[in-house]
Order: sequence, then C-alpha cells, then structure tokens
Amino acid sequence: MDRRESLKALAIGSVSVGAILTGCDDKKTTEDTKKPGGDKEEVYGRTPEEKERDAKLKADKYFTDAEMKTITVLAAIIIPKDDKSGSAVDAGVPAFIEFTVKDQPRYQLPLRGGLRWLDVQCLKHYDKAFTDCSQQQQLEMVDKIAYPEKATPETSQGVNFFTLMRNLTATGFYTSEIGIKDLGYVGNRPNEWDGVPADVLKQYNLAYDEKLLPQYLKIEDRAKLMTWDD
Amino acid sequence: MALEIKQKGKVYDICIVGSGAGGGMAAKILSEAGMKVALLEAGPKYDPADPEQATQLKWPWQSPRRGASTTRPFGDFDAAYGGWEIDGEPYTTKEGTQFDWFRSRMLGGRTNHWGRISLRFGPRDFKHKSYDGHGDDWPISYDDVKPYYDRVDKLIGVFGTKEGILNEPDGYFLPPPKPRLHELMIKQAGDKLGIPVIPSRLSIMTRSVNKDRAPCFFCSQCNRGCTVYGDFSSSSVLVKPAMKTGQVDLYTGAMAREVLTDNTGKATGISYVDKADMQEYEIKAKVVVLAASACESARLLLNSKSSRFPNGLANGSGVVGKYLHDSTGSSRGGFIPALMDRKRYNEDGVGGMHVYIPWWGDNKKLDFARGYHVELGGGMHMPSFGYGFGMERLNGKYPGPDGKTKEAGGYGAGLKNDYRRFFGATIGFAGRGECIAREDNYCEIDPNVVDKFGIPVLRFNYTWSEHEIKQAKHMQDTFEQLIHEMGGVAMGTKPGADSLYGLETPGRIIHEVGTTRMGDDPKRSVVNKYNQAHEVKNLFVVDGGPFVSQADKNPTWTILALSMRASEYIVGELKKQNL
Repeated sequence: MDRRESLKALAIGSVSVGAILTGCDDKKTTEDTKKPGGDKEEVYGRTPEEKERDAKLKADKYFTDAEMKTITVLAAIIIPKDDKSGSAVDAGVPAFIEFTVKDQPRYQLPLRGGLRWLDVQCLKHYDKAFTDCSQQQQLEMVDKIAYPEKATPETSQGVNFFTLMRNLTATGFYTSEIGIKDLGYVGNRPNEWDGVPADVLKQYNLAYDEKLLPQYLKIEDRAKLMTWDD
Repeated sequence: MALEIKQKGKVYDICIVGSGAGGGMAAKILSEAGMKVALLEAGPKYDPADPEQATQLKWPWQSPRRGASTTRPFGDFDAAYGGWEIDGEPYTTKEGTQFDWFRSRMLGGRTNHWGRISLRFGPRDFKHKSYDGHGDDWPISYDDVKPYYDRVDKLIGVFGTKEGILNEPDGYFLPPPKPRLHELMIKQAGDKLGIPVIPSRLSIMTRSVNKDRAPCFFCSQCNRGCTVYGDFSSSSVLVKPAMKTGQVDLYTGAMAREVLTDNTGKATGISYVDKADMQEYEIKAKVVVLAASACESARLLLNSKSSRFPNGLANGSGVVGKYLHDSTGSSRGGFIPALMDRKRYNEDGVGGMHVYIPWWGDNKKLDFARGYHVELGGGMHMPSFGYGFGMERLNGKYPGPDGKTKEAGGYGAGLKNDYRRFFGATIGFAGRGECIAREDNYCEIDPNVVDKFGIPVLRFNYTWSEHEIKQAKHMQDTFEQLIHEMGGVAMGTKPGADSLYGLETPGRIIHEVGTTRMGDDPKRSVVNKYNQAHEVKNLFVVDGGPFVSQADKNPTWTILALSMRASEYIVGELKKQNL
C-alpha cells in the first residue's frame, strides 16, 4: 500500500507499524472502514482495575425511572433536533448523565435535589409533576431558570440546577458521534498538517513569515530520514 | 507461610531502579555497552501500540465517561497510569504546607505523560548563582553537557529552529510544523508587545530519525502514547531498543524497598517487593543506578539505613531530600471574538503547541530573580468531557449573526447554534517558571506512616518565596496584555494576591528536582558531577534528583543528557575497575 493508504489503515487500527514502515500488500485493511477509531467500542485501553470499575458502574442504577424521564425531557429541550442534527436524546445524553453521576458522585445530590425542586415548583404552579405538565407549561417553567442574569432571586436554586443540566447535556451531546459531526470537528485521523488553509489566512489578513517558510516542515520530506551536516 | 527473601537472577553488572527518562537512557547506553542489566519498574508493562492498552485515535464516545479525568488525572485517554493519589501509597505534608506528588507506575514512567517540550538548559541556567546570587551553581557548565544534548537530539528527535538566543541554546532540530491560526495571531500580538513567539521545541518527529519509528501523522494526541512511536516516551524509544540487545532483564511490578550494602559500604543490589505475589526479593549487582524520580530515589536512599549509614545511604551530608523544587505554574484563558464562526478544517497538528514564548525579560530590572516560558493553547480540538460547560458566561456577551446580543444561558435551537459559533474561539496561556532551590523545601521520611508494602512514606515541606509569587503576578499581567492585544477578552477573574496570582500548588507542574543534588563538596551535595554518590562509589542517581537548579525549562532533556553522560562514565569506570 502507499503511504496515504497506510495512514488510512492506521486510522482504523488494523495495520501494524511494521507495515507502514516497510510498505505492504495488506488486503484486510479495506474491511471495517466505517468507524474511524476502529476496534470494538468498549476497548479503550483500560487497565484491569479500570475495567472492573467500569463494569461495576454500568451494573449500578442511580436515577429512578421517573427521574430519568425528567432528565430526558430536559435534555431534548436544551438541545433539540434541528435541520442540522438530532437531539441530545438521539445522541444518548440521558444514559451518559446516568453513567456520569455514578462515575462522579459529586453530581448526584445537585441533580436529584434539583429534579425534586423542579417537580415541587410545577406542583405549586400547575398541580402536576414536570413530566405531566403540558409542553407549554414545561417551557414556561424552564424560562424561569434558563437565564441566570434575568432570573428572579427565588428561583436561584433552580437556575443552578438548570445550568448544570445544560452543561452536562452539552458535554454529552458534543462528545457523541452526532454532536461531533454537528460541530464540524474533522480531526482525530491521520493528517498531513501543512499550515492554515490559504483562504483562512486571507480572511484574517495573516501570512506565514517568508523568512521562516523555508525552515518549516515540507510534507514531501516526511518519509525521508533526517540527517544533519555537522 | 513464612516470609523469606529470595534472590532473583544472577549477579548483574547493573541494577537500574525506574524506567522513565533517566532509567530508560541508562538501560539503553549500558546494555549497548555490553553490560548485563536488571531494570526494575514498579508498574506494569506498557506499549502504546498494544491494542489492549492503546488510546490513540479513540473517539470520546468510546469512553462511557467521555474522557473525564475520574480515574486518570489527565483524562481517560491519557497514557499515564497513576496520578496524584495512588491507592495504598500515601504521602504526607508538614505543618500546613502543600505538595502534590504525581507518580506514574508503568514502563516509561512519567514520560508517558508530558508535553514533549524538550528545552536545553542554557549557559546561565548552570551558573545562576554567579549571575544573581541566589541558590547554587552547578559543578558543571553548559559546555560539559552540550555534546550529550547534541546526541540526545539526534537519537530521539526534536523539532525547532535555530534562534541564537543566549540562554536558549539551539540544537540539532527537525523541521517544525507551521503555526496554527491562533498561534499566528499570538505571534502578531507578541511582535507588537516585544514578546518573542518562536517555533516550539518538542520531541515529536516531523521527520524520522531511525527506521524503527514512523514520523508524526498529526493527530495531536502525544499524551495518549503513539502507536507508531512518532514522539518520545522512554518505554517506546529507549527501553524497547535496550531490550533488543538481549542484555536486559525487565522486572515489572517490582517496588524497590532498599539499596543493599555490604560491610565495606558498597552497594550490592536492591531489595524489592513483587506486587504480583507480594514476596520479598533481592537483586544483586556490581553497580546500582537510581532513576525512580527525584523524590522516590530520595525516599529509597533515606529508607536504606544501616549502622554504617544511620541517616540513610549516601546522606552523610544530610542533603538527601533537601532543595526540592518544582516549576512554578500559573495560567489564564481568553476568548477571541474574531475566531467565532470559524471555517472548519483539521488543525490537530502535533501533540502540543507549534510556537511558544521563551523567557525574554531582564530580571535585573524586575522584582523577581528568575524567568518563565509561556505555553500556548487553543484551536478546534476534539471535544471531551467538560466541553460546552459555562456557555452562560459567554453567549450573553457577544452579538449574534443578526447583530443582536442574546440573554445569557438559554436552551433550544438558538443555544445549539451558539456552541457551533464558539467552537475553537478560546485560547489559553500557561507560564512555567523557575523556582529558586532552598534547603527548607524538602521531603523526608514520615516517622509514623508506611505504605501498603510497609515502606515508610515521604513527608513534604514546601513553600513558595516572594520570587515565585512575584513571577506569577508578572505571568498574569503578560497573559492579559497578550489577550487584549489580540482583541480578546480574558476569561474569569484575574487571579490576585489572595490566590498568589494563580500560582499552582507545588508539585502540580510535575517538574520536581533537586533532592539528591550534585556538587564538588560532599558536605553540601549528594552526588558528584557524574551523578555518582560521594559516599558510595558504585551508586548513581540519574533522574531529576541531581539537579542543582531547575531552569525555566522542562527537565526531561537535561535528565536524558545527564543520564547518558553518567552511564558512559560508569562504563569507563567499570573498565578501569574503579567501581
């Protein structure tokens, strides 16, 4: 295979270093090109102790079904489906939040208590728990706690809770496959970095220093072993 | 079952404790010189190319915690095992002082976690007392170390440019990568402020230096360990070729307990506990080389007490553990409105900054004695846990595409669009400076506490002086100037005197050195200028312990050069039958 192909193969984790260095005829590398990052999803370089901890956390359950239902409604409100991508629920954010509170227990109380705070507010105003409210009522409630700078003092605990929900929803969404695609992050694959694209340099009215240009890496030299004149 | 001490293997020429930068280099040089080497490592084997251990090119969703730092301090995908706290291996601090001790128990040690910033110490760094009256001079000069730096450059590979700056010596460089967008913007701001922004010097191979390692393919993930060995870590670049000589027996899971000595006062080997079977073993060797890290090697010496060495081995001076010093660190982030709504492209680049700021100030005109360099961050990085936090502090401050400023926070399609708009629009600056070595910053044996192996643990005593605090203030002022010059907004509140200007807890920068410092005077130093213990001629220390002073540089390149130098000295002395 040529250099570019071997780098592509590397991205899917199915070629050895030796193959890249010596060049090879490895036909297997065309399989399984769908998932960059390769391998089984659950293999991510864990030590035996870490594997054990992951398994235990996954087996535990923290949130009640009712709490999970509220988290799911809130996640879809915070990051809904739009013309570019799916919602936080499509991206699996509720399950991520369930795992995260077991992994980082400091989030348990603020979330559980916050969910309860939300239900009690809804009970006072609408005589119903949050998930039993109409969509309009739900948004009315969320509007009171979604804007930290204009929220009234009596909702401050709710504002803190919603900010945490927004943070966890966003982080869960943008670290998912759907979210990373939405964001337009195009790295995490073998590349040949040769500087900022010309149109971007132009947009920012910037240029590479002419004096330094000859010193920077020339991409075509990468395959050549470095030697120095003493 | 009765506990007995078992002898392992034959009598080796060399027993090395630790497989990081210092130990890896010693293993390579000594094995290639034909020595029989026992290499002890307290942690497991590690090879970043092993599919079971690899984390490179994984996506955040492959981790259920999306890369959060719950089990590894620098995140799930960071290569380094261990961290600030290790189960069953505590350390303590004295009288309200603070020190955080990062340990990485694994083949290659802490070279599996570092920024690959590979700076030589300069002529002034070895003779700082002569220049400003603080601390002590080294017994060696830049000229003594230069030939070894040169060889380390060629052996391992480091990119950079020849700049001709007096205290930032040039080396044998690989070509550097072109700067990223925000790096060009920082350079422009630096030019206006008279702050130099030059290509960084990282041990990442833009071109290869040998056929066993492939060049960098720009995934920006050196901290995850490189499956093609395109960057430096001791395990991949030094231990691996050392093992190929057939001269090295590697003992993993071997937690060193004591340096053994005979009745003539010579070192005879190492006693250790094997973590797998919890049995006690001894390894005998003609020469013992400690490379367990500055503090761990000091601990080993202090715990090697005998009637002949009541203060611990090689410690007649009482200097072992003293003069401990870590780099200073302080940081600040900034938001750059001009970088909103950026065009997307792959700007991962190498695993670190493409440009950096070397120390440019004249301390004679400043109110603190030593300098710092500045590390730069920013760009369109792969998101991981924590990405997107704090949007309510940003999205109410800047007008949208329609020219209107929204209410901060929010939800829904508008919020979703904000995350897109702000992607890659923040930058970060981190200063890393020199702390003056002082006798009263030290680690010692805690008289009351042992770890799970029964080994007495370290107790730290560390405070910053006015020099470090004022240096951190200068860092913060510099960061704000740069951010403002870029048309940006510094994020959060500027750290003030109450937080020591953001100065990190000692130990946090993981550059701690100085605990077995070198010198010509055996009363004021532990090892001589060849890293050889004054009191035990067949005992050497080749980690950061022998440093007389830290520079405003990362210590790894100097550890490597000095370990190479000491190892060749050992070969010469063994040939002359002097050890």
